Amino acid sequence: MSKLVIKNLHVGVETDSGTTEILRGVDLTINSGEVHAIMGPNGSGKSTLAYSIAGHPKYTITSGSVTLDGVDVLEMSVDERAKAGLFLAMQYPVEVPGVSVANFLRTAATALRGEAPKVRTWVGEVKEAMNKLAMDPAFSERSVNEGFSGGEKKRHEILQMELLKPKIAILDETDSGLDVDALRVVSESVNRVKAEQNLGIMLITHYTRILRYIKPDFVHVFAGGKIVEEGGPELAERLEEKGYAQYVKA
Amino acid sequence: MMSALPTNYLTPTGREEAWRFTPLKRIAGLHDPATLVADRISISLVGSVRSGFKVETCEASDLPPKSATDDAVIQRIRSGVAKVTHLAIDKEAVVTDPIFLKRSAGAEKEFSRTVITAGAHSKATVVVENVGLATLGEEIEIRLDAGANLTFISLQEWSENSIHLGRHHAIVGRDATFNSITITVGGSLVRLLPTVEYSDQGGSAELLGLYFATDGQHLEHRVHVEHGIPNGKSRVTYKGILAGAEARTVWIGDVFIRGNAEGTDTYELNKNLLLTDGARADSVPNLEIETGQIVGAGHASTTGRFDDEQLFYLMSRGIPISDARRLVIRGFFGEIVSKIGIESVEERLMTRIDNQLSKVGE
Repeated sequence: MSKLVIKNLHVGVETDSGTTEILRGVDLTINSGEVHAIMGPNGSGKSTLAYSIAGHPKYTITSGSVTLDGVDVLEMSVDERAKAGLFLAMQYPVEVPGVSVANFLRTAATALRGEAPKVRTWVGEVKEAMNKLAMDPAFSERSVNEGFSGGEKKRHEILQMELLKPKIAILDETDSGLDVDALRVVSESVNRVKAEQNLGIMLITHYTRILRYIKPDFVHVFAGGKIVEEGGPELAERLEEKGYAQYVKA
Repeated sequence: MMSALPTNYLTPTGREEAWRFTPLKRIAGLHDPATLVADRISISLVGSVRSGFKVETCEASDLPPKSATDDAVIQRIRSGVAKVTHLAIDKEAVVTDPIFLKRSAGAEKEFSRTVITAGAHSKATVVVENVGLATLGEEIEIRLDAGANLTFISLQEWSENSIHLGRHHAIVGRDATFNSITITVGGSLVRLLPTVEYSDQGGSAELLGLYFATDGQHLEHRVHVEHGIPNGKSRVTYKGILAGAEARTVWIGDVFIRGNAEGTDTYELNKNLLLTDGARADSVPNLEIETGQIVGAGHASTTGRFDDEQLFYLMSRGIPISDARRLVIRGFFGEIVSKIGIESVEERLMTRIDNQLSKVGE
């Protein structure tokens, strides 16, 4: 069992006119096997939460704490956070020209496992994971994210999640830009990895659509840089009907 | 007595646009008529002669240049060289294995002229391997007859004190395809003119280049594509990495679309990655268009440091920063190197690049 604990997290970005606060006291605990949906309007700070936990250099933690199984995450470098078991599926995965998907995946797996995976079993592992995501095997020869369609990028993120076996995964708007078929395939993979690896999931989304495929245990409404309401799946249904207007006004 | 005046008049001073980036005191006087330069055949075929082509030495007067140049060094080469190496690819020949030409320059300053002719509808790959120590001025003129498909790979893997001034000029015939890959990783000073013109319609040229300058190297590539004929196509992609305080690169990308060159389709790109402080990359794309009746024309140039987003992405997957940097750099090079398609050459280049990188400590 793993436990990600976020306590009173305040995060800002440096601008010309000083530090602008984006997160204003976030409290959230995610255990293995749980799905937490973070829902909120654009600009509410959802992605900032995701990137801060992953350690993006753009964000400055001004106060609060993030721990994984009691260990301080904020003290770790970006790669150490991944080694500790955190994974961020990005909304906008970055292109790395000239680096093949195969090379990238193998380098990442080597770093996380502490030794290079055995070639024969690794190739099979990758093939199987790609097959489950309905990805063409030729995909592994392409440069990381370069020229990928929106759907291909998201599948590639989930492929990494499957192969790198994190304890807690943050899915940042994994549903955006996906058509219904792609959404179904990606959701099935997320559910499978969750079941197989007892993954804890922070599912960041603007829309309730993905929640029909990935059932949340908890729903948190995010507005103005913090969680303003919490509940079960029924909260998502209410949001579907009424939208975020009531929270934005506040 | 020969009049020295016209040549003297053209001797570069460093103030000319074409020479303003080049440290003239480092080119061993190759531009200066007062410098004695030997005339020597320095190119030879690697391996045995196969069917479909031949390599021979000709009198320069039997194989005069077919292109014009205003470059003072190239003019000196043309007037000073008595013998020319001629690689002739037969009409309709399909030479499957690459043709390797090796450069063996001597200890002295020397000039060299080479002509490559690709017969109509022939297909071949030519690799020129420049290795060792040289103080060389050279010209390679590449003539593609109708429908010829030639891949021309020039590798500057010189040892560190070499000086190399050269012009690699392609004349692309009707519906011919010229692909070139220019890789410059060695030498103290390298100044190359990869240039292209079209002799008939429907020709296509792709110019790929890669240069890696470490401390003290001056690597200069002055691309020029002359669209003076309708319906020509060109793509130029040059990438550079610089590491070390005195690392210096220059990339000029002149593309001219003349008034009659309707239907031209061209794009040029130069990307430079600076790994350390003090390195300097000049990048000057220059597109001149004299007709609106074209398919497309564009250029882009970027020079910068590591992309933080790329490093973040790789590190967020557990890859340590040093490995992440190496991946990005190898990827940057690999994009061009992998186009060579000759495994032994690709591996040799990547090994050399890795060694140079480990020396500068990234």
